[in-house]
Amino acid sequence: MYRRTIIKGAAVALASLALTTAAHAENDTLKIGFVGVTSGPAAAWGISNVRSMETRAAWINEIGGVQIGDKTYDIEIVTFDDQKDPKRAIAGMEKMAQEGIRYVVGPNVDDGAAAVRPVAEANGIVYFPYAFPKELYSPPASNAVLGMVANYQSGPAIYKYLMESKGVKTVAFVAANESDPLSQRDGGVMAANALGMEVVSDNVTYQVDTSDFTPVITPVIRTQPDLLVLSGVSPAHAPQLIRSARELGYEGLISTETAQDATVLREGAGELANGFISVGGASTPEIASDAMVEFVDRYTKMFGEYNDESNTKVYALEYILETIRANPQAIDDVEVFKAAMDDFEAPNPFMKGNAALKYVGMTSFGQKRQVAVPLVVNVYRDGAFETLFVAEVD
Amino acid sequence: MEQILANGIYLGAQYAMIALGLTLIFALMNVLNFAHGQLYVLGGFVTYTFYGQFGLPFVVALAMSCLTLAIVGALLERYLFGPVIRRSAREESTMLLAAAIAFLLDAIILLVFGEKQRGVPKIVDGVFNWDFRVIMPYDRILICFLAILAIVAFISYMQFTKTGRALRALAQDRTAAQLMGVDTARYSMIGFALGAMLAGLVGGLLVTITGVNLGMGGPTSVKAFMMVMIGGAGVISGAIAGGIILGFMEAIGLAVLSQYGDITYLLIFISLMIFLAIRPQGLMGKPWG
Repeated sequence: MYRRTIIKGAAVALASLALTTAAHAENDTLKIGFVGVTSGPAAAWGISNVRSMETRAAWINEIGGVQIGDKTYDIEIVTFDDQKDPKRAIAGMEKMAQEGIRYVVGPNVDDGAAAVRPVAEANGIVYFPYAFPKELYSPPASNAVLGMVANYQSGPAIYKYLMESKGVKTVAFVAANESDPLSQRDGGVMAANALGMEVVSDNVTYQVDTSDFTPVITPVIRTQPDLLVLSGVSPAHAPQLIRSARELGYEGLISTETAQDATVLREGAGELANGFISVGGASTPEIASDAMVEFVDRYTKMFGEYNDESNTKVYALEYILETIRANPQAIDDVEVFKAAMDDFEAPNPFMKGNAALKYVGMTSFGQKRQVAVPLVVNVYRDGAFETLFVAEVD
Repeated sequence: MEQILANGIYLGAQYAMIALGLTLIFALMNVLNFAHGQLYVLGGFVTYTFYGQFGLPFVVALAMSCLTLAIVGALLERYLFGPVIRRSAREESTMLLAAAIAFLLDAIILLVFGEKQRGVPKIVDGVFNWDFRVIMPYDRILICFLAILAIVAFISYMQFTKTGRALRALAQDRTAAQLMGVDTARYSMIGFALGAMLAGLVGGLLVTITGVNLGMGGPTSVKAFMMVMIGGAGVISGAIAGGIILGFMEAIGLAVLSQYGDITYLLIFISLMIFLAIRPQGLMGKPWG
């Protein structure tokens, strides 16, 4: 009796195993990498990348995978936390190469993106950094694709809009003492000067681990600029800087060229954050498609809470998959992928209307090495973002 | 000048609070607690949860932070630091353990509270403005006052209670205290719980001003170690002095040197190196340990 039960159990187990194996055998796996920061003060940047990719991958896998050529693939996201350290970013990119991964999202910062370039080029990896150095995207470089709108593209558009609509004449910049915010500050100062604005303060910086910004920002506020630009500000610092500035009596405009999160602003600065201008993606009700609404819903269900930074970060994986789908040989050959970028175009599933996924960057880089995400400039009001204006990068 | 003074007092009070818990644990157990910053962050998140999320009164949330961190501290001592100290004579064993706990707490905090910066509603509205010579939001003034009050209460507790006397005896000479009948295991646990509770208290207080995020732990530990090095490791008054000195150096540097960029901490680190080369035991520490 006991022996018969064991045999029956073993048969059921074997049958289950065979069925499971058969089910999994239907789809091959396509690995897409992520190398970026998912720990420390800037963790929110990389985590929003990873979670966007994992949400989208789970969604695709749930509906049967992605068809590339005559095969269907499940998507697997392979992640590596570089801790915002260029040395670790190199190690991460080497790990991706060892795993045979051809497409990587990240790194999140300038020095990490610059550090991985030789590894990516030597191993035939196309990567999508969220970093702004032009040399990464300009010839002879060809493997990096900017995953967002750069500050030197969004900054002038914001300043011009504020000059024309709000009469802004003077501007002050404050930045963290790190390569990204400092280079964004310098780019902002150049853009402001080019537009004829008067820069009244541009040398105040703060340590990235600063927890109290009142002493930092006091000298800037004394210059009473019409516009205070928080260059490259991280979502962790933005509400504190806004709050300190307002509590010191500053009544002018405050803006940044980085993406922010409405919940973080509400919790950290409350109504003091009203009127804060930042760059966002495509989830405001005016432009979000049904697919974007579903993405936000799935993300929220998977991780408990949505991050508005993912409005932009949802795009990189979509671009990778759609470009490979249009050119199946690119799955193993990044040269095919790169050759296809000039003419690639597909419907943008996350925006209403006839928006398209396409590569841009001719004006800034001399070649198409940037994803065309909408340049959505938002203004924060009472716990949510409202679209101020939408523009495109060419 | 008045603004620098006000900022210095405010920063000094909060820094002294952060350093107190760290130096207490070091004095009692000779443990360099690299996880002190993470305990501070955990305290901030507990207050955020009870005050910011559940809407309970701030005082209740603060008490929950203190209680939670005291329990966490007691458990850490009872099940991790205590056994390691008993089994290993090498000091680096506890240092490695503390570093591992820091990573563990970071991972737990990420899982439970997420990656985002968190903030809570202001506990007091309004800004004190003395003719634009001193501008200080009322909530900062209140937090500064509460921090000073907590420091005074802590010193009084250590000075005038039986537990405080036992803890001081333990810090001065563990063997002698044991020979005098002090239950060293019990008081080590109480001391560690008290040190962690202080981290939780200051985390809970400061979440109303600075908010809290996952990445604050490491930098907070670094600053706490700087204060302890300035004042002298294991000396309560030294930690307070170190905190106040660092607070004033930061306030003065940020006000006076702002036009030269972010060189305040560069100068603070250079000053600290020169100071430690001359007086390695810190202001109030003893050269023999």
